[in-house]
Amino acid sequence: MKMLMNKKNLSTIFTYLFLLLATLISIFPFYWMLVGATNESVDIILGKATIGNALMNNVQKFFEQVDVPLIFWNSAKISIISTVLTLLISSVAGYGFEMFRSRAREVIYNGMLLSLMIPFAALMIPLFITMAKFGIVNTHAAVIIPTIASAFIIFYFRQSTKAFPSELRDAAKVDGLKEWQIFIFIYVPVMKSTFAAALIIVFMATWNSYLWPLIVLQSNEVKTITLVISSLASGYSPDFGVIMVGTILATIPTIIIFFLMQRQFVQGMLGSVK
Amino acid sequence: MKKRRGIKKNANMNGWLFSTPAMVLIGIFMVYPILWSFWMSFHKTRGGKSEFTGFDNITRLFGDPVFLKALSNTVLFFSIQVPIMLFFAIIIASVLNKQQLWGRSFFRTAIFLPIVTSLVAYSILFKSMFSIDGVVNNFLLDIYVISEPLPWLTDPFLAKTLIIIAITWRWMGYNMIFYLSAMQNIDPSIYEAARIDGISRWRQLISITIPMLKPVILFTSITSTIGTMQLFDEVVNITAGGPSNSTLTLSMYIYNLTFKFMPNIGYASTVSYVIVFLVVIFALLQFRFAKEEK
Repeated sequence: MKMLMNKKNLSTIFTYLFLLLATLISIFPFYWMLVGATNESVDIILGKATIGNALMNNVQKFFEQVDVPLIFWNSAKISIISTVLTLLISSVAGYGFEMFRSRAREVIYNGMLLSLMIPFAALMIPLFITMAKFGIVNTHAAVIIPTIASAFIIFYFRQSTKAFPSELRDAAKVDGLKEWQIFIFIYVPVMKSTFAAALIIVFMATWNSYLWPLIVLQSNEVKTITLVISSLASGYSPDFGVIMVGTILATIPTIIIFFLMQRQFVQGMLGSVK
Repeated sequence: MKKRRGIKKNANMNGWLFSTPAMVLIGIFMVYPILWSFWMSFHKTRGGKSEFTGFDNITRLFGDPVFLKALSNTVLFFSIQVPIMLFFAIIIASVLNKQQLWGRSFFRTAIFLPIVTSLVAYSILFKSMFSIDGVVNNFLLDIYVISEPLPWLTDPFLAKTLIIIAITWRWMGYNMIFYLSAMQNIDPSIYEAARIDGISRWRQLISITIPMLKPVILFTSITSTIGTMQLFDEVVNITAGGPSNSTLTLSMYIYNLTFKFMPNIGYASTVSYVIVFLVVIFALLQFRFAKEEK
């Protein structure tokens, strides 16, 4: 009996050690980012993992090298507009596909799901040429427009709409509400948590997106914070202290959203598999 | 009867009204480009002119050492990284799936946290952590795992390893959440019965948990593989494809062909169709595999 206890204790200790190690590995880069912002680049390269006194200097240099308010605003503007438009277009479509079924639309919908498998690399060249033809290369519109109809988000809304109680819709119809009124005044409030989850997914994706903005945004005054920190880090001797300040700024919005809406975030992720 | 038909017609109209904006946008920004790049992949385009060259681009692939390198790197990345990551994700999920575990939600949140970082931001963090005299090498030297600093960024093998470590760090917790939630749907009495029969926890994982998780495992392996096939942000920002193309991926090669070298859009489109081809083949294989096992 005693031996059994010992064996159990040992396995518990082992479990916690394992989890602790996994946690340390997951969190260390965040610590590294925060501490790095207080150190000089030389010290970062040499692996100094304790707090230094170069924070003010790094912040100051970052604000000198980069027009921070403008760049931050560019990122925010692109992400907010993309998110709002994507939610609008995709929720309406998800509702439409689920509520009014027809054979023709089912075929289109299934084709759309297939398009989820298309890698972006196969789209970027024609998309770039299209943007050039529209004459909007190097504008934020070029970043936003191709992303607003997302097959994945439409799929997500359609899946979630299956849980929307049809009695509500029937009752509203009896009351003489039109379909668009049902959508705005009943569907949207009832599906709040679905919208919240989709909002997080889309916002994080657009805030963090890199390849497409890299292609269409070329001059400094339109670039996003992701592009800016990437170009700061790509030289031969990048100033890591300054870059850490940038990565912190780039991570703050997503980390805030994550901690405020963790439950919806996880629900949203999982909701798409059901 | 007449009225009913009216309602049906109305519903059909509404159906088109609601879904048309999305369909138009997807048509313009998804369907049209993918067909266009298919067309381009049979053409040679230079300086705005395109000329039909048949299968020239495809034959060129086989004689292009940089393409072959990028292809083998990409295949290597997903075939090694995805299984490793999913393995750890399952193990951690099964450890966290104990109700009475102290600090359970803390561990879960901590392990999930890497998902908030942008791919570019975490790539830069990893680049700085794995510098030759950097914090990771210092640590490994301190605990006597290595006797001299490892050249993570300049050795072809280690650079690939670093990319795999980085992607695993970023996405492991994400996949873990899927497993954890699926595990919570498994009836606990199954484990109870297994325990009474004296079946070890490891055995339970292999013969109960994993078979019951099969749909989720399929889902995560498809999404992870498709993601890794398109690997771009990390290799650009950690190693810039180097040293000597040892971490160059197909996506990065397409980018270079289109926007860095003398643009050859037709050939770049052909390379992009290699990714399409890979994704489709791979997804079909996995579905097939999952079906047979049933």
